[in-house]
Amino acid sequence: MGLIQEIDYGTKASNATKLVTLLIDGETITVPEGTSVMRAATELGTQIPKLCATDMLDSFGSCRLCLVEIEGRAGTPASCTTPVAEGMVVHTQNAKLAKLRRGVMELYISDHPLDCLTCSANSNCELQDMAGAVGLREVRYGYDGANHLDAVKDVSNPYFQFDPAKCIVCSRCVRACEEVQGTFALTIDGSGFASKVSPGIDEDFFSSECVSCGACVQACPTATLMEKSVIEMGQPEHSAVTTCAYCGVGCTFKVEMRGEEVVRMVPYKNGKANHGHSCVKGRFAWGYATHRDRITKPMIRAKITDPWREVSWEEAIAYTASEFKRIQAQHGKDSIGGITSSRCTNEETYLVQKLVRAGFGNNNVDTCARVCHSPTGYGLSKTFGTSAGTQDFDSVDEADSILVIGANPTDGHPVFASRMKRRLREGAKLIVIDPRRTDLVHSPHVNADYHLALKPGTNVAIVNALSHVIISEGLADEDFIRDQCDWNEYTEWAEFILRPHNSPEAVEKLSGVPAQTIRGAARLYATARNGAIYYGLGVTEHSQGTSTVLAIANLAMLTGNIGRKGVGVNPLRGQNNVQGSCDMGSFPHEFPGYRHVSNETVREIYEQDWGVSLSAEPGLRIPNMLDAAMDGSFLGLYIQGEDIAQSDPDTQHIVGGLSAMECVVVQDLFLNETANYAHVFLPGCSFLEKDGTFTNAERRIQRIRKVMSPKNGYGDWEITQMLAQAMGMNMHYNHPSEIMDEIARTTHSFGGVSYDLLERMGSVQWPCNELAPEGTPIMHIGAFVRGQGQFVIADYVPTDEKTGPRFPLLLTTGRILSQYNVGAQTRRTENAQWHAEDLLEIHPHDAEVRGVKDGDWVKLASRAGETSLRAKLTDRVAPGVVYTTFHHPITQANVITTEYSDWATNCPEYKVTAVQVSLSNGPSEWQTSYMAHSAESRRIGAIAAE
Amino acid sequence: MSPKNTPDKLVYMANQIGKAFALKPRAQAVADITDHFKKFWEKRMLVQIFAYLEAGGQGLDELPKQSLQNLQKITQY
Repeated sequence: MGLIQEIDYGTKASNATKLVTLLIDGETITVPEGTSVMRAATELGTQIPKLCATDMLDSFGSCRLCLVEIEGRAGTPASCTTPVAEGMVVHTQNAKLAKLRRGVMELYISDHPLDCLTCSANSNCELQDMAGAVGLREVRYGYDGANHLDAVKDVSNPYFQFDPAKCIVCSRCVRACEEVQGTFALTIDGSGFASKVSPGIDEDFFSSECVSCGACVQACPTATLMEKSVIEMGQPEHSAVTTCAYCGVGCTFKVEMRGEEVVRMVPYKNGKANHGHSCVKGRFAWGYATHRDRITKPMIRAKITDPWREVSWEEAIAYTASEFKRIQAQHGKDSIGGITSSRCTNEETYLVQKLVRAGFGNNNVDTCARVCHSPTGYGLSKTFGTSAGTQDFDSVDEADSILVIGANPTDGHPVFASRMKRRLREGAKLIVIDPRRTDLVHSPHVNADYHLALKPGTNVAIVNALSHVIISEGLADEDFIRDQCDWNEYTEWAEFILRPHNSPEAVEKLSGVPAQTIRGAARLYATARNGAIYYGLGVTEHSQGTSTVLAIANLAMLTGNIGRKGVGVNPLRGQNNVQGSCDMGSFPHEFPGYRHVSNETVREIYEQDWGVSLSAEPGLRIPNMLDAAMDGSFLGLYIQGEDIAQSDPDTQHIVGGLSAMECVVVQDLFLNETANYAHVFLPGCSFLEKDGTFTNAERRIQRIRKVMSPKNGYGDWEITQMLAQAMGMNMHYNHPSEIMDEIARTTHSFGGVSYDLLERMGSVQWPCNELAPEGTPIMHIGAFVRGQGQFVIADYVPTDEKTGPRFPLLLTTGRILSQYNVGAQTRRTENAQWHAEDLLEIHPHDAEVRGVKDGDWVKLASRAGETSLRAKLTDRVAPGVVYTTFHHPITQANVITTEYSDWATNCPEYKVTAVQVSLSNGPSEWQTSYMAHSAESRRIGAIAAE
Repeated sequence: MSPKNTPDKLVYMANQIGKAFALKPRAQAVADITDHFKKFWEKRMLVQIFAYLEAGGQGLDELPKQSLQNLQKITQY
């Protein structure tokens, strides 16, 4: 087990199909046209010295170290900027080149500290390597001349430091910030000898526009930009490839270790979702795994008002099983259920639903996707035939018109956003449909062609109006529709869409978006060679979430934007394994693979495999479980890795439901808010402590690998297995790979998936079976999964959540780059420095009439409840709209949100709540009492025997 | 105002579903709504709303009401 070393080819690969053959140092090589001489040489195994070149960036040609000689050409061209040519004869090593390179290195080293032995990059420094490679033995200029050795370090960023004394001004960091991340936070200030890397104008890194993605640190060839963890701990000695446990992009990382301690996480270039890029969460915010708040011993208590009592695993599991059995004996088998987690692995979610269906004997299993992408499941299944995005992330590289609706990818899915921004800089057009002016609307070198700043709750009307324009102006792709969709359903739907109430002029009155803007956006999307739609929770978390998904699918079919690269309908999944947890049968009406529990053929597959008879009736969804708890018919709940008390809407209703239950079991890393109402706490483990797979938003199944022993003693799958056994189930897996084998043999879309395949391919996108042994990057090519695409009428129905004199503003919620959902992980990292509290964004006009100034405490009240937080005045939100995040339990943003939910799936309407804002003195009475209750609930008493 | 007690909630949800299918031809709408209840509503939710239906079904819109009546005939609840 050693450190995984990736080859740096110096320049990017060429996608050309035409091949060119040349001779390098007497060796023949054939490469795609457009390949650099440097890359061709590297592919031969010849290392040409380099400093400013790296294969994550465009060629730059500034360091003059990679000079070569080419027969028939004058001078010594830089191999990084010289493309190969047919018959070219290249010499990479000779006395002349060696002298030139040594001369260049002498200049670099004359202004570089010679502290290699104590330098944090020692043994992992490209400058050091190049000095060795060129045979540098002396520096004729000495070290006493003008230099930068006294330049002051910038240690403002919590995760990395900038030491300008070690900088060779190769610009790799600046170019990484521009080309890879697309933030343009760094620049080279000054010129000549005074040139220096600068984050903004007279700003330190922390205060600058820098988003701490780490691309600059990764690109730096010296110790100029270096992770503080490496400075503190030293260079790592072994590594493993794993998958980030934050958002649904699913970035692949090398987790670099010393023993069982993580030194750093470095994005893996071969990762097919992220191609070597990262964001501040995945790259740096992994410290929560060893945070002091972590609970590692099981605990139980008879009443939720009691202090916790630490017990053995045996006692905790036996107590839980006995309580669940008691409840079922007294109240029937349907009186208990489980919740799976989108933060856990496919194998773990599969086991929880298996425990519920086969062990509890009912279908009362649900997942946190209930509150995010359940409408995606319903909508895309109905129209296309399967519950998944249609594309891979690479598809965006060929999109010509990108429509982003209800998503804020620069904050929520930052690594994919960087890919999207690169495509936009290349000239793709952009339409943003969002009540807020998100960063995509206007950021360096990216400007939306159209921003439809609609009134929250009017998505369906807007999307239907886009279709109205496209049909009425003859822009529909009728050939595609006739070929791949049900024509009769189309004509019926088109007749509906052409009704006057769907016209842009009518919709302008509802949405506030000018008709001409709607028309312009529709034309831009419809007339592009490739039009791609990306959407997020701003689509789904509405009373008409499902209707908007249907309307979006209709729009894509109408324009023929399905079934090839550059197009498609792409839900941006919130959590790392939302896709996977849904795939694995976490919904109460579906087995794995989205097959209804009433399907006898499917039920037989599981009955035979599991050896029990299974219920054919749908179980309870999360909100229905809580309703049933209040009614006294649902009294036991096993919750794996989910914090419904903080994340789900109408907190007081959630708390009421949980408090009414007799056995709530929480399995998590920390005593989360839900644990305040739990009777059993089973300590969970982090993604670093177990094996398994996650499935990202592009249906890509990827491995996570155990790099340290579980702090709690067991992987989460093992805990579920112990509980299943205690409940009387015959469940005996030795490794998660055996669970995946079971998934594969019982679910056709996963039929070809195995750990062996993942080892060979790195990752695979489902469907993966005998029809697609290496997976399916793009779905619905030539035909839809359901056969013909189905146009479904989705009419606009206004939400019942109305503004009025008491609650005149509309609240919408979202998340921020540095924090992740309920913040259980990110709040326990240095990311808290960027976002220490939730803030209420309010337009200056709305603030002024209320006497609110920036930073004031304000009371935020709705029909459901009230809370207090500080105000942030900004014109990102339109007048009449306010916005906040929900990362901090003290804010309790979901005290405000209501019980209104999507008509088809009960996905909560987080995005529309009528509220009032007024000045406040500080936290509300609810917040104060909640925090007191929370502290009381977290008491851990003396050991049981004492 | 969002409903707080279970029967009112179920009626509200049923009416939401009804509105989503309202533009379809009546027979198709009733069939689709019935299918939706069958596929997604748990037994005790159906039992509760059937009881509410038998008590007059006040507040239930016509389409979901008809659909629930049809469903009640084919279920054992």
